[in-house]
Amino acid sequence: MEGRSAITINASPDDLYARWHEFESLPTFMYHLESVRSTGDGRSHWVAKAPAGTTVEWDAEITEDVPGTSIAWRSVDGASVENSGSVRFRPAPRGQGTEVFVTVDYAPPGGTLGAMVAKLFGEEPGQQVSDDLRRFKQIVETGEVARSDGSPLGTRTQNIGHQEDAHPVEVDA
Amino acid sequence: MKANCWMGATHVEVSDVPDPKILNPRDAIVRITSTAICGSDLHLYDGYIPTMEKGDILGHEFMGEIVEVGPGAASKVAVGDRVVVPFPIACGACLNCERGLYSLCENTNPNAAMAEKMFGFPTAGIFGYSHLTGGYAGGQAEYARVPFADVGPLKIESDLTDEQVLFLSDILPTGYMGAEMCDIEPGDVVAVWGAGPVGQFAVASALLLGAGKVIAIDRFPNRLEMARTRSGAEIVNYEDTDVNQALKEMTGGRGPDACIDAVGMEAHHGSAPIQAYDRVKQAARLETERPHALRQAITSCRNGGVVSVIGVYGGFVDKFPMGSVMNRGLTIRSGQCHVHKYMKPLLDHIEAGRIDPTFVVTHRLGLDDAPSAYETFKHKEQDCVKVVLSPSG
Repeated sequence: MEGRSAITINASPDDLYARWHEFESLPTFMYHLESVRSTGDGRSHWVAKAPAGTTVEWDAEITEDVPGTSIAWRSVDGASVENSGSVRFRPAPRGQGTEVFVTVDYAPPGGTLGAMVAKLFGEEPGQQVSDDLRRFKQIVETGEVARSDGSPLGTRTQNIGHQEDAHPVEVDA
Repeated sequence: MKANCWMGATHVEVSDVPDPKILNPRDAIVRITSTAICGSDLHLYDGYIPTMEKGDILGHEFMGEIVEVGPGAASKVAVGDRVVVPFPIACGACLNCERGLYSLCENTNPNAAMAEKMFGFPTAGIFGYSHLTGGYAGGQAEYARVPFADVGPLKIESDLTDEQVLFLSDILPTGYMGAEMCDIEPGDVVAVWGAGPVGQFAVASALLLGAGKVIAIDRFPNRLEMARTRSGAEIVNYEDTDVNQALKEMTGGRGPDACIDAVGMEAHHGSAPIQAYDRVKQAARLETERPHALRQAITSCRNGGVVSVIGVYGGFVDKFPMGSVMNRGLTIRSGQCHVHKYMKPLLDHIEAGRIDPTFVVTHRLGLDDAPSAYETFKHKEQDCVKVVLSPSG
């Protein structure tokens, strides 16, 4: 399953590269992740949220790292969920920000775990990547994730089908 | 707090709902002192804008006093500030905001994917205007949460009344932008379809920008009379006049240099069969708009002229006269108003006495009166042109 998306962000390639390179902060805009911890040597430990309060975990390694231009990663051999991803940064025309291209690829395992992973990453991985990128842009450009009464948790395409009414609700700020 | 909620087509209710809270660092909470019903609220009221949910608070024209400020907005606004709030929500930092295209802000619509499906690309968040534009609670209420309060709200530091400045939130800048998009040269003739509040301000703005003659087109005598006496417009009543013919006669056979559509998706047509054709298709949801004003604005415009569209459309139009647009070299310009860009210059015009927007107000009511006010406004009863609601009474 491959998902890809692109967005243009009003920041320099170097700035965006540096932010993305802090893998620990990826969960601030990748809502399916619970944590990412660097374990040294270009390796990291990823924990993703799964249904019923469980988690799916794997170790990943950086396979490409060109400052200001691109980062690629993939799960190490033996991971329960084989996956890989990359992000590329390219200056937009006329110096107007940076074009950001993201691709992720999952090889869902069979059985119960496979079903969980499918639920986790949605039926359309491209939509999830697109949501991630919108939130990344919001955080970079405005310092916060846009939240409304109808979408109190911010951009989440999977919630679009069941909007809250557009009047104030009790949510944790 | 009390708020005017959409409960379904042609049904609004003033209900008790929770008070808004600060959700993000750059939010502020405004205690609303005056709020208006917009002509575009009638499109929601009539059920022609998709993605409304039962219980949504309406209203995108409001002003008041700031009662709470998030840490991210505290450098620009403070508790006690008197502010007018622009209807589009804009971050001020994305490329479109930097270009002055605030109603196309790239960051304020959390439901961007929904708008993208509908329009191809998403637009900015708007207060009280469906979930397509973010699902933000509106301002026909006692309080509202205002995101990016360091970017949008305009502080009023003079002693102008609410009514003098309230319309900076939408209809005055919208009318002004409609005229500005016409690239008016001194002496130009500009025709304006719709003599509602936005049309009135489009007429006044076209004259302010140097038009030699402005022609207002409507079917309500009181509205036409308002445009004539308040702004000096010439008037055409489309119910008893062939508009294309009249405009030719008034312009030496050329047609107006620019035509402004200040009507939008629920236009009426003087010819019963044409009105019925579009009314039936719209009711059957085969077409989302009744675009009579737009069609006529296109076919009336002089060769090489500009058609400026500020009336609201939600979806698709039928029988669009593209041949007339293409062969006669017309330019169509349009957009939800980039209010932030116009608020301060227009406040200067108001302070200098060059524009007095209060003349459109015909009804002053309390927030509790919202349900009957929507009916009065929709049916233009009691010569209703503009309703201002006060939450305190």
